[in-house]
Amino acid sequence: MDNFLSLFETYDVAGAFWVNIQLTFWAAIWSFILGTILALMRISPIASLQWFGAAYVNIFRNTPLTVIIAFGVLGLWGQLNVVLAEDFQVNFLRLAILGLSIYHAAFVCEAIRSGVNTVPLGQAEAARAIGLSFLPAARLIILPQALRGAVAPLGNVLIALTKNSTVAFAGSVIESSNLMKEMIEFRGDLVIPIFFIFAMGFVIIVVPIGLLTTWLSRKLAVAR
Amino acid sequence: MLLKNVNKHYGELHVLQNINLEVARGEVVVVIGPSGSGKSTLCRAINRLETIDDGEIRIDGVKLPAEGKALAKLRADVGMVFQSFNLFAHKSILENVTLGPIKVKGMKSAEAKELAMSLLKRVGVDNQAQKLPAQLSGGQQQRVAIARALAMQPKVMLFDEPTSALDPEMINEVLDAMVTLAKEGMTMIVVTHEMGFARKAADRVIFMDGGQIVEEATPEEFFTNPQSNRAKDFLGKILAH
Repeated sequence: MDNFLSLFETYDVAGAFWVNIQLTFWAAIWSFILGTILALMRISPIASLQWFGAAYVNIFRNTPLTVIIAFGVLGLWGQLNVVLAEDFQVNFLRLAILGLSIYHAAFVCEAIRSGVNTVPLGQAEAARAIGLSFLPAARLIILPQALRGAVAPLGNVLIALTKNSTVAFAGSVIESSNLMKEMIEFRGDLVIPIFFIFAMGFVIIVVPIGLLTTWLSRKLAVAR
Repeated sequence: MLLKNVNKHYGELHVLQNINLEVARGEVVVVIGPSGSGKSTLCRAINRLETIDDGEIRIDGVKLPAEGKALAKLRADVGMVFQSFNLFAHKSILENVTLGPIKVKGMKSAEAKELAMSLLKRVGVDNQAQKLPAQLSGGQQQRVAIARALAMQPKVMLFDEPTSALDPEMINEVLDAMVTLAKEGMTMIVVTHEMGFARKAADRVIFMDGGQIVEEATPEEFFTNPQSNRAKDFLGKILAH
């Protein structure tokens, strides 16, 4: 037990998880914005936008996240000299957030589209009938109802994103899975407890997200 | 309002066949006919919720625009009441009525609220203004839908089977609101199975079958002395009970 507790003294476990939380937080915001725009494209009446939205989703949903994150560092930064921050580590962190956002936006888009399918066609017809064009109708009538219907699938995307934030490891970000590897390297005698610490760490972060989205999806459900 | 040689197909099915129809300002036209006769499609084509294959539709001499801002503007002038009410489910009754005037016409919020309350009062649901649509009965919801359409001060009102989804005891409250509207001189096109309403409020009855206008007459003529066999057959079936 003393050995187990000494792990926390030697290594900054909380700090490592904090990096994952930061990655998740910012990637959640950016992927939500990008995913909403993509969903609007996919439901818009303009064929070229529909095509673009579908192409984006199919490309990024079907590309391994590790490839996208590694490309951020090796391709964007290493080859193309894209610098998102002066500080070395902050730059890697931002590149990883970019990769996570681009990847998860495809899933957010599909979650919102599933929400749009919960909105009866008559709602859009009524919006058009009072003279709203596509964007106002989407903003005022369709999306508010679609997002309420999409809370549960969006929660699933957020849970996946939280755990996928460990892939930032492939983008040279020092976060929890990175620390886990380091700890196992130096304290091989405690490998089982170390796995346990990181597994529990994610459970502690993810369980509240699941509970919250379940509660929200009930509370926000549109009465019909 | 003018419809000239309007045609529409659903694949093989020719749902609107050479429809010619003129509706004068202030006229109330009731469209009746069996299911699948194209009457709802006709109604929906007038504000382009359904596209047409050829022919033209003009409102106040202006040809129905194909899309974009011009179409949105035209739709604002054409009120529509749906069979399934289609009130905005996440907005209160009051917001349902004020949304169009505020967002489409740029009316001030206070002014829109005043207009909405007077319209809701007119259809008798002003005491429900703060509730959500799902908390109202079908009849009340449909009356709100009428108020929502009226709030845009439309030139013409389209009713697409407004009472077909209602319980029998709620039909009259909606029909009463429509009769009042007709008496006030609103131009109306009403697709319905309510023969009582046709008799009471219509200036003209149009009988459709198989995508064609089969007969056009005053209600008096149509109900007492239908000319075509299909109209006779239809009336025989529904008036027998």
